[in-house]
Amino acid sequence: MDAPAITMDVRRVGETTAVVDIKGDVTAACEPVLMSAYEAAGGGATPRLVLNFGGLEYMNSGGIGMLVTLLVRANRQRQQLAAYGLSEHYREIFELTRLDEAITIYDSEESALDGAVRGRSMP
Amino acid sequence: MTETAGPDKVATAAPDNVASAEQIGLSAREAAAPPPRDAPEALPPRDAASWARKVDRLEVDQRAGVRGTNVAGRRLTGPVQGFGKMWQKTYRMDAGPGITPEEAIATWRQHFPEFWPKGNRFAGALTGINPGDVALLDLAIGGGVKLSTGVFVLYADAESFTLMTPQGHMFAGWITFSAEREGDSTIVQAQVLMRANDPLYEVSMIIAGHRKEDKFWAATLTALGRRLGLPDPTVETRSTCVDSKRQWRHARNIWHNSMVRSMLQTIAAPVTGLGRRGRGMKSRADG
Repeated sequence: MDAPAITMDVRRVGETTAVVDIKGDVTAACEPVLMSAYEAAGGGATPRLVLNFGGLEYMNSGGIGMLVTLLVRANRQRQQLAAYGLSEHYREIFELTRLDEAITIYDSEESALDGAVRGRSMP
Repeated sequence: MTETAGPDKVATAAPDNVASAEQIGLSAREAAAPPPRDAPEALPPRDAASWARKVDRLEVDQRAGVRGTNVAGRRLTGPVQGFGKMWQKTYRMDAGPGITPEEAIATWRQHFPEFWPKGNRFAGALTGINPGDVALLDLAIGGGVKLSTGVFVLYADAESFTLMTPQGHMFAGWITFSAEREGDSTIVQAQVLMRANDPLYEVSMIIAGHRKEDKFWAATLTALGRRLGLPDPTVETRSTCVDSKRQWRHARNIWHNSMVRSMLQTIAAPVTGLGRRGRGMKSRADG
């Protein structure tokens, strides 16, 4: 199995949010990279996780499956999962697979962070 | 598991994906050509021809040999929309060194229905498995009853393809069929990521469904292995419970349950058949 062509850098934004900047190809092969990023983002201790897909170059169905696995893990920890930076093509894939019903999609990092904050204040 | 695709992969995938490429505005020649490495942003992503276009509800044409019910107008359902525990089930077969992943997947895509166990029908497009296709299924569930449902081709490239299920199917999720090189061998696998669609299916899966499904895909892979020339195909099965929680908010999925509807359709068939015959006689008499 080749090494996955992807990087995932983690940034902390405030005390409760982490942003994961995804660059490259999202396939099932990059699950270890995503899970390392998840741990670097604080694991279950971080209430809000925002995925930045601005650098996404390729995604296959294995990549979507991997995001579902991440979603399960986040739900188990009662974490919010949001995404932004998706091109029209990848936004349609989220809608086709109905992943957008569980991962809230925003147009920009600002709105993702703002939405996450507002979502957090809701009962 | 499916690997990262490179530009050369698009080139090998293109002949099978021409219809989809045309859907996104590419000519067959453009779709077959490898993309330039310094491609400008305006070009579609490398995976564009591999994904189905977005649909809200499924549309189907009647196909010979299957009942064709419980599909038209249904929405697709992923693991997020399902009810039961989430399972990842993997069925793997070592196809040996003589077969490339591309050859294995091309054979599987082209002859997919032929590998299904006896008594089950898969009525797909004549051209094989292509993104956006809807296939109609009649599945043997015992007692002479056929469960009529369908699947949607979500994704297809040279090394993998994925089917997604509609409302009413036994499970909400997808099945990815893939092949990859591991050392000197090509490993072929089917991987299901699923939740039972509703409480009735969840009970059925616990009682016999998981066992039946394991047998089904093991038999399918064995048949594929024989077609690929393996003298003694061996299938390894691995099941992992990814999420042990049930999603009770989706219990109402039972409204679409295709097993219940198929049973009712089987019982009602003589009556609806008579009605159709009567209407036919009346229109002939009127004409």
